[in-house]
Amino acid sequence: MYLYDHYDQAMVDARVEEFRDQARRRLEGKLTEDQFKPLRLMNGLYLQLHAYMLRVAIPYGTLNSRQMHALADIADKYDRGYGHFTTRQNIQYNWIRLQDAADILADLAKVEMHAIQTSGNCIRNISSDHFAGAAADELVDPRPYAELLRQWSSFHPEFSYLPRKFKIAVIASDTDRAAMRLHDIGIQIVEQDGELGAAFYVGGGMGRTPMIAPCIKEFVPLDRLVTYAEACLRVYNREGRRDNKYKARIKILVHEMGAEEYAKAVDAEFEHMLDEGIEPPFAELERIRTFFEDPAFDQSASEDIDRSDPDFALWVDRNTVAHKVPGYASAVISLKPVGGIPGDATSERMRLMADLAEEYSFDELRVMHTQNIVLPHVRKADLHALWTALEAAGLGSPNLDTVEDIIACPGLDYCSLANARSIPVAQKISERFSASGKTEALGQLKLKISGCINACGHHHAGHIGILGVDRKGVENYQLLLGGSEAEDVSLAKITGPGFDEAGIVDAVETAADVYLREREDGERFLDTYRRIGMTPFKEALYG
Amino acid sequence: MADLSSENDRLIRYRKDDPVDHAAVTVDSFLDQSSASAVRVEPGDDARELIPHLERLALVEVNFPSFGDGRGYSSARLLREAGYEGELRAVGDVLVDQVAYMRRCGFDAFDPDAPLDQSDVEAALSRWPEVYQSAADASTPIWNKRHG
Ligand code: HEM
Ligand code: SF4
Repeated sequence: MYLYDHYDQAMVDARVEEFRDQARRRLEGKLTEDQFKPLRLMNGLYLQLHAYMLRVAIPYGTLNSRQMHALADIADKYDRGYGHFTTRQNIQYNWIRLQDAADILADLAKVEMHAIQTSGNCIRNISSDHFAGAAADELVDPRPYAELLRQWSSFHPEFSYLPRKFKIAVIASDTDRAAMRLHDIGIQIVEQDGELGAAFYVGGGMGRTPMIAPCIKEFVPLDRLVTYAEACLRVYNREGRRDNKYKARIKILVHEMGAEEYAKAVDAEFEHMLDEGIEPPFAELERIRTFFEDPAFDQSASEDIDRSDPDFALWVDRNTVAHKVPGYASAVISLKPVGGIPGDATSERMRLMADLAEEYSFDELRVMHTQNIVLPHVRKADLHALWTALEAAGLGSPNLDTVEDIIACPGLDYCSLANARSIPVAQKISERFSASGKTEALGQLKLKISGCINACGHHHAGHIGILGVDRKGVENYQLLLGGSEAEDVSLAKITGPGFDEAGIVDAVETAADVYLREREDGERFLDTYRRIGMTPFKEALYG
Repeated sequence: MADLSSENDRLIRYRKDDPVDHAAVTVDSFLDQSSASAVRVEPGDDARELIPHLERLALVEVNFPSFGDGRGYSSARLLREAGYEGELRAVGDVLVDQVAYMRRCGFDAFDPDAPLDQSDVEAALSRWPEVYQSAADASTPIWNKRHG
């Protein structure tokens, strides 16, 4: 895992002091809310319906147990004893007081964490594959490249007042676990003639105008990575629309210019920038890489798993994933207990997860964009002990990628932009399917809920998506089908008229039943939908 | 030559030469009028059009009608990358919280709509111990120090 040196630490410490000064000026009335707003936003502090919300960056979703303990301590000391893990692999606290914000940032800095650029029209926290460094199918660990870009993008003098926010994801496997093509820039590390390089996908995003990023460059050599990214950003900073906030994301620019024209403009800028000394030396990438070397895996660890306990066997089948070392697995801790709030974790559970990571996973944890936690490197022989501890704490739900593993944004329970509540809908759906016992039969079914068109809950990318809308002052929900955030990326389509809160839960079940009736061998919900199309679903829903 | 900094108490300069004593013209009129040595770049202007004429420019003002419109940062850097050594002045809605980034992009003078407190500016400029990237200023990036 990456560790700060005195340079990184000095930057984060300076930021805490800067913010402490700004918050003091605000509390003393020397700054108006209007003047303070852009400053607090650069530090992840939002003003929400009931209180301030603080978003803490978890670069590429990787944490150690000490950091997870610190997050738990913050939840207890400054919030109401819990935090919310988000679809961008970060954590949010919902009940923060302005007077405490600088102290929280100082507590974070002590464990090499921060809230820098977690909001505002700048380059946001960089996300990555949650199984990085563990996945059996990866080319290399993508995180060194994400870290290189994290440093490049931190306090970037030219790109801190972009037309709109900017999100980057980096992966290094053909399986996309980071919704790479739904980012402003998605980078895939690839190999060509024995050499590593980066494929750039630019102009994806969700929000009110969802778009899948086209590939604008198939191979950027690794010793030009930062320069090419800088060229992409400069073209956007100069040309991106600023006349309309809803058209300001890079996806609109790439769409309006056309991917080819945009790529040409980037190439021209890139050629010019090659002489500008923008690229860190290769030695810097090498230095960063050393932090991501494999821990001391036991290559001869046993591959046997005692499956005599059926509950444990089910959890192994559902919640563990193949590891590059055969005697290990990556274990997913579901933050989706039936009837719970997706992504929420109490301080007590955070501490338990931290302790289990220390004991069983070389001290590492990952936050998934699906709002779950991964222990990336667990010996197969330890899985039973791990599961037993998780079960005892209510963290053993065997529901990864099932209909109960719902992504949901904070919605109207917290968010000032919301049209409708997301959390209660998620709770009712997981209760319904768990009670009917259909979860198992449905297999992989990714369900994603957003409380408004901003799409923080990825509804465009759900096999089933739910979008909260406001219909004459009443909460109403639209149903969408056929989206995917993975390597088979697609955007979901609206089925038709919306439903009320009870109706949307029924509608999800109706759609699920169509699948159960129509599916052919081995098909997931998404495959069946793609084969049979919308019509049978519409007939069942609206008859 | 008149020292404008004594007449205009909002002007903060980090240059030793005397300020230009005539008003800046728009990019369009600069391009058709060969005598001007001061030009004002608006956010929508393409600063690259000035590159063939840098020799005769002594002052480029870059306007920020609103601090949130960051196009001027790119304009500034482009001009410095093209070798412009004259004065690069940020004008308009320029606030103390932006001056450090502006200096890094090559600005060496500030003439904000609302006057800045000189000591706040100095504090903002000395706040950051290091920088993570190379830009248009002389700061040495952290990666260079690590491997220097
Ligand atoms: C509660 C306060 C929040 C506010 C005010 C907020 C605001 C927004 C807005 C305005 C957009 C649309 C941006 C655009 O299309 O240009 C957006 C998109 C998004 N937000 Fe949030 N959000 C909040 C919470 C969250 C949370 C909790 C998550 C993670 C669970 C999240 C993740 C995202 C993602 C993934 C997108 C869509 C991807 C994209 O940027 O295209 N946001 N948010
Ligand atoms: S999708 Fe809408 S309701 Fe949900 S968190 Fe984002 S802005 Fe708020």
